Amino acid sequence: MAEPQYRFRDDEPVGDPAVTVDSFGDQSNAAAVRIEPGDDARALLPHLERIRLVEVNFPVFGDGRGYSAARILREAGYQGELRAVGDVLVDQVAFLRRCGFDAFAPEVPLNPADAEAAFIRFDNVYQPTIDGRTPIWALRHG
Amino acid sequence: MYKYDSYDQAMVDTRVEEFRDQVKRRLEGHITEDQFKPLRLMNGLYLQLHAYMLRVAVPYGTLSSAQMRMLGDIADKYDRGYGHFTTRQNIQYNWIKLEEAPDILADLAKVEMHAIQTSGNCIRNTTSDQYAGAAADEVIDPRPYAELIRQWSTFHPEFSFLPRKFKMAVIASDTDRAAMRLHDIGIQLVRNEMGEIGAAFYVGGGMGRTPMIAPLINPFVPIDQMITYSEACLRVYNRYGRRDNKYKARIKILVHELGKEDYTAQVEAEFLHLLSQNIEPPLDELSRIKAQFVDPPFDAAAPDTIDRSDPDFALWNDTNCLPHKKPGYIAVTISLKPVGGIPGDASADQMRLMADLAREYSFDECRVTHAQNIVLPHVRKADLYTLWQQLDTAGLGTANLDRIGDIIACPGLDYCSLANARSIPVAQKISERLSDKSAAIGELKLKISGCINACGHHHAGHIGILGVDRKGVENYQLLLGGCEGADTSLGQITGPGFDEDGIVDAVEKTTEVYLAARQDGERFLDTYRRVGMAPFKEALYG
Repeated sequence: MAEPQYRFRDDEPVGDPAVTVDSFGDQSNAAAVRIEPGDDARALLPHLERIRLVEVNFPVFGDGRGYSAARILREAGYQGELRAVGDVLVDQVAFLRRCGFDAFAPEVPLNPADAEAAFIRFDNVYQPTIDGRTPIWALRHG
Repeated sequence: MYKYDSYDQAMVDTRVEEFRDQVKRRLEGHITEDQFKPLRLMNGLYLQLHAYMLRVAVPYGTLSSAQMRMLGDIADKYDRGYGHFTTRQNIQYNWIKLEEAPDILADLAKVEMHAIQTSGNCIRNTTSDQYAGAAADEVIDPRPYAELIRQWSTFHPEFSFLPRKFKMAVIASDTDRAAMRLHDIGIQLVRNEMGEIGAAFYVGGGMGRTPMIAPLINPFVPIDQMITYSEACLRVYNRYGRRDNKYKARIKILVHELGKEDYTAQVEAEFLHLLSQNIEPPLDELSRIKAQFVDPPFDAAAPDTIDRSDPDFALWNDTNCLPHKKPGYIAVTISLKPVGGIPGDASADQMRLMADLAREYSFDECRVTHAQNIVLPHVRKADLYTLWQQLDTAGLGTANLDRIGDIIACPGLDYCSLANARSIPVAQKISERLSDKSAAIGELKLKISGCINACGHHHAGHIGILGVDRKGVENYQLLLGGCEGADTSLGQITGPGFDEDGIVDAVEKTTEVYLAARQDGERFLDTYRRVGMAPFKEALYG
């Protein structure tokens, strides 16, 4: 299992190996699952209560299906760890964070200075997402 | 016009610094060209055949005179003294140095402009009707809605790595002047029986190698749900659009393969879910934006007559001007298609002159059109002759709007690394050959693409030309009967292609067949639709 380089959570990391989405429903003791780009994140919604870690794999950074998977899980109330793994680059981390990812395990570790700058670069955002940041239109209209 | 507040300005300024940092990392060798490519692409910077090309966004085609002036200054300072206005209402500079690109973005930011999302697989610049706010036939000014979409789509975290690029257009007239149904999402603002404004959603149109006319998937989305509905359309696409083949990755293929009904059902289900997420900007925000698009202070006493005693002026007045919603005013199109010129190009001096004229005669405003011309939307009829004289002196007075010389052409093999054939020289030769017959031929929209990606909109041309590579030689295929607008249709290929001189002859022959067959002042398109392909084929290949 990929160890996160960045983790924005205080709870104990899950040590269990992640299983695939199609086998997760049958393994009632599994707490970690791995989403591949073609998987339907909504297949996990009946099991959210027992999931503590979701790894979303990005085999290539340009395949953006994992962004939707993450938001769908968070919008359904998923509270566990959401970890981006694979081809995760420094210029994607802010977008991933906005979609609900709170852990990052890039295949090639990010340059720490670049990554720290990237996480905090933009003070404000135009869209509301489940990350809870106040969109600019709400700031304008108090 | 929309004016940035401190939030908008901070977004753009921060992006400039981010890009400066990215370029620095590249120039110092900390990142490879492969790693840099997606970063520069998100900033509209392409590596072309000879140099870097920078594409600057012109949201919904609207420019203030200060912005137009800056575009001219940038052309002088960082390019070779000219720029190229594009079919997506943007401007491109073709001779850019990588190390200067951050400075260009900084200059743009000074006039509230940017190059954000002018390339990459994300939501691109939202386009609109070039006569918005001036046209007599609009239900409402579409630009505030386009601005709402601009903000929502800027740095959208979920939709920055879509299967492919994504283009949206917003119009508010039955006459479609923005090729709305040839976009990934086309929105037509409409008014229902209760007088409420809503958005009709057309999804899955596009040109490229598989041209499709977007089907209507929802005739009336309430205006306070437009962003949520867009988000639903995009989410279904992001999850299920094809990623196995770049050429089948646009949303038109998804809508086509699923079928309109199935795609719509998925969007409606996602929409229902997203309504619970409260992502829609409040109507207060729309009102705030709308307040910045109120009519300029029109003079109610402006004289409604034009002195047409100069015949050259009268011809230009007939060809290049559109009725305005206010008496005493008129909307003017400045042709960037001089006879034998490069379609859409303007020199730095011409841009600065157009900026001055916009300030003096059009309430500080001008527009870029998808046909690669410039519009002064609000000109007093009393000023029209003086304006025309100044345009004419600067080589900007060509009277050929929607005529055969008003050619849309992509940059083609002269600049573009994707092209198979040159487009510009073909446009120049046709323009020179047929300029004398322009008035006799009347409305005829000719569009040229230098490869099947169709950036020159050849599918939608009354006459379309597609440049291909045939065994190492440039070859040009002829299409007839395409049309954008309310009666959108796709052109049909005539038969075997032609060489560079042959295609110019073929276009001339096509116009001759039309002139011989024309009845009662029909447009070329009407005649073609009436008589069909056969007589044209006979003349071309018989």
